[in-house]
Amino acid sequence: MVTVLTETGEREVRDARVDGDALWLPVRDAEAATGWESRPEGFCRGDVCVPLPRGPEQEILRGPSVNVAGLWRHLGQPVVKSAQGDAWVLATSGRDRAAALQSLQAPDFTLPDLAGRAHSLSDYRGRKVLLVTWASW
Amino acid sequence: MWQALYEELEDRGFMVVAVAMDSREEDARPWIEVAHPTYVSLIDREHRLAELYGVVNVPQAIWIDEQGRIVRPAEAAGAYEGFRKMNRATREMPDDVARTTAKARDTYLDAIRDWVRRGAQSEHAFTAEQARAHLPALTDDVARAQAMFRLGQFLLRRGRDEEAHRWLEEASRLHPESWCIWRQGAGKNEQGFAALPDFWQRVDALGDRRYYPHVDMRGMP
Repeated sequence: MVTVLTETGEREVRDARVDGDALWLPVRDAEAATGWESRPEGFCRGDVCVPLPRGPEQEILRGPSVNVAGLWRHLGQPVVKSAQGDAWVLATSGRDRAAALQSLQAPDFTLPDLAGRAHSLSDYRGRKVLLVTWASW
Repeated sequence: MWQALYEELEDRGFMVVAVAMDSREEDARPWIEVAHPTYVSLIDREHRLAELYGVVNVPQAIWIDEQGRIVRPAEAAGAYEGFRKMNRATREMPDDVARTTAKARDTYLDAIRDWVRRGAQSEHAFTAEQARAHLPALTDDVARAQAMFRLGQFLLRRGRDEEAHRWLEEASRLHPESWCIWRQGAGKNEQGFAALPDFWQRVDALGDRRYYPHVDMRGMP
């Protein structure tokens, strides 16, 4: 069992196979975890398609499996994995984060309150929002 | 302090969204239960606001207008680093430092009031160009550090403390400006504060640099 941590949450995948820096997932799990789907022209998300790299060391697609770590690196995004290879973070690059902030559109997020109820920043559109952090520590 | 401000301004279309940068909800819970806020109070176990907004310390705040646009990027929210000049044995604060601390808080609160009243006309509302110039640097190292932090928190929740702390230390090494990463992972005193000798060493190592970088706001000390 491998847990994949992505922008949209945590996903446990039963049929994952770890091979060094490669994380092979069944195509369906790969698409659900990453949002990128395999098509004849490469990997696509919405209208954006990225062709597959050539060369066996960068192999990303093999039969019914996708090396999502390889795909992620190919997309220029950071990958961090636990020592045992059972937890993988598919993160977002600083370049993409910085570009999002440069637009000055406040990045949306969803977090729980103490009762476990989810709130999104966008729920408060139409008001001026003071988004303020604190901590117990 | 946010509750009183919220009650004062809520009828003017103002909202406070307070976010606890606490990886264990149970650490934040007693504080929220005592404060009993009527504004929105959320828990950010994985420090998502650090990933998205470049938050590196608390209290930092971001001003967001009615259209969801950033008016002021992440910055110290009325906080002043008076604690650095406190007598560490008696915890006494020199009078002038206490006054400066109060001035930082009052200046910040008055700026919010002015923004809520006057919107983009407020001198404290940055233009788009000013806002961009004040954005924190979200580099690839920062993004990688936050990914390591997230992995560390995941491992902590599964009781794999040793590996978790290795990731948290690596994250802090990659993103040393983040007090959120460092203090979340640091040892805590009896009150639950990351204020053991290693904290004071890290603060002293700042030298002339600020614990809360200066906030570009007229009247702010």
